[in-house]
Amino acid sequence: MNAAPASKVYTLPEDLPLDCGQVLAGAQVAYETYGELASDRSNAILVCHALTGDQYVASKHPITGKPGWWERMVGPGLPIDTDRYHVICANVIGSCMGSTGPASPAPDGSPYAMRFPVITIRDMVRGIVALLDGLGIARLHAVIGGSMCGMQTLSLAANWPERAERVLVIASTARHSAQNIAFHEVGRQAIMADPAWADGDYYAADASPDNGLAVARMAAHITYLSEEGLTEKFGRRLQDRSSKSFGFDADFQVESYLRYQGSGFTQRFDANSYLYITRAMDYFDLAEEHGGKLANAFDGSSARFCLVSFDTDWLYPTAESRHIVHALNAAGAKVSFVELSAPAGHDSFLLPHKQLDRVVEGFIK
Amino acid sequence: MSLRADLAAIAAHVSSGTRVLDIGCGDGALLAELERASGVDARGMELDAGLVEKCVARGLSVVQGDANTDLAEYPDKAFDYTILSQTLQTATRPDKMLDELLRVGEKAFVSFPNFAHWRTRAALMFGGRMPVTRALPVSWYETTNIHHVTIADFRDLARAKGAHIEREWFFANETQIGASVANWRAEFAVFQLSR
Repeated sequence: MNAAPASKVYTLPEDLPLDCGQVLAGAQVAYETYGELASDRSNAILVCHALTGDQYVASKHPITGKPGWWERMVGPGLPIDTDRYHVICANVIGSCMGSTGPASPAPDGSPYAMRFPVITIRDMVRGIVALLDGLGIARLHAVIGGSMCGMQTLSLAANWPERAERVLVIASTARHSAQNIAFHEVGRQAIMADPAWADGDYYAADASPDNGLAVARMAAHITYLSEEGLTEKFGRRLQDRSSKSFGFDADFQVESYLRYQGSGFTQRFDANSYLYITRAMDYFDLAEEHGGKLANAFDGSSARFCLVSFDTDWLYPTAESRHIVHALNAAGAKVSFVELSAPAGHDSFLLPHKQLDRVVEGFIK
Repeated sequence: MSLRADLAAIAAHVSSGTRVLDIGCGDGALLAELERASGVDARGMELDAGLVEKCVARGLSVVQGDANTDLAEYPDKAFDYTILSQTLQTATRPDKMLDELLRVGEKAFVSFPNFAHWRTRAALMFGGRMPVTRALPVSWYETTNIHHVTIADFRDLARAKGAHIEREWFFANETQIGASVANWRAEFAVFQLSR
């Protein structure tokens, strides 16, 4: 980490129990907050982050120097208005931006690497709930999340139903499909096939598995976009040349773009974290955790739910949101659902969208 | 806020503290009134994404869905009342939708434009053309009303389905009128049903 301001870090006072049966001792959760917490602590909103996201939802990223990943949504006068709400965003366990993950030192002082226990979405949420306990926030005004953060949002609503009044899930799913798992496996194998991965034990070495991690990011990045979006943005246009090279340079703009995305990603993300977090997402099946019936997950929930999907999202398509809506209806929960139209595929939830803004602002009001 | 006459009749007869599903809830005018006035747990279903967004933005619980297929996902008697206002005539199978209304709700409110109103009859009888009237303002080729129905037809359907008509209201020019000549004079009808 460079000279940027470090996040606040909360060290869990007790061992963090994990779904795999192990515990994490002395686990740390790095987090950012925005806006004032009301004296009665009633205005806290938890915003979770996605697979490769972090706690810098509305502030400059300390490594890349880029704006926060949801700065258009979170801030003064914005749909998640930090003049009214106290917004908390925590780096998940297993990640690499200050919370305990495979790059963190194990009790013996050297990095966990592959000795880090395999974690689940529920474990990540358990860590965040421990943070909320530490912050003295018994009940959230709302919990909000898109993509993997939508999974955490659902997991919190199902496993800690008393902790959130409003639950907003955007472009997400209650389980990873075979296709979702397949794409993640391509990414993991790319990392593991990189000689520099060295069975995950690369932290003291000169080289990191950047090539493998970049390929993983490239494959994943395709799933975040729509065919329509790619065609519109790049088509078959060539990159800085007037004809094909009859070689294997990045002739096409789309190739150049993906290479740029891949290499940029390695600057800010740890390859082992990518393995662990994608595994957690693949293991996610909220129904399985609740006797095989998704409706059971929300039995007796008094929270209000809102689900949003995008019509060009083929990673977590509308059918997955509808599946959750049906379960919530069967459980008698208060639920809203809308499929919004947007050209950009899964990534639409991060891009400007006036209808999404109105739904988010109206739902949490 | 002033509600359309058929919606006002429905709103006035929903008991407080009950659970209601308004199918084809539009911009949520009835839902908002029910939540405001009688503390009802009001939910909606609406096909149009733009209208759903308006509802959610005003804090209502509304699911984007198609009443022809998506009512099947609700458990039996999940609601005290189901409401189908001016939507029956657009259903793929109005008879099956009536079954679903009474399966999902203990009681159902159904309102629809009466195709036997004298203006409609006159348009057909003297004009020889499909009527375009105040109650049915869209031409035959653009209308979503694919199953025109009269008050007499609806009574027959209710009887055939074993549905009991508990209450009924008839309106002409936004004013309530009597039942005796309703099939001639009513532009809209509202029925409260149970089974």
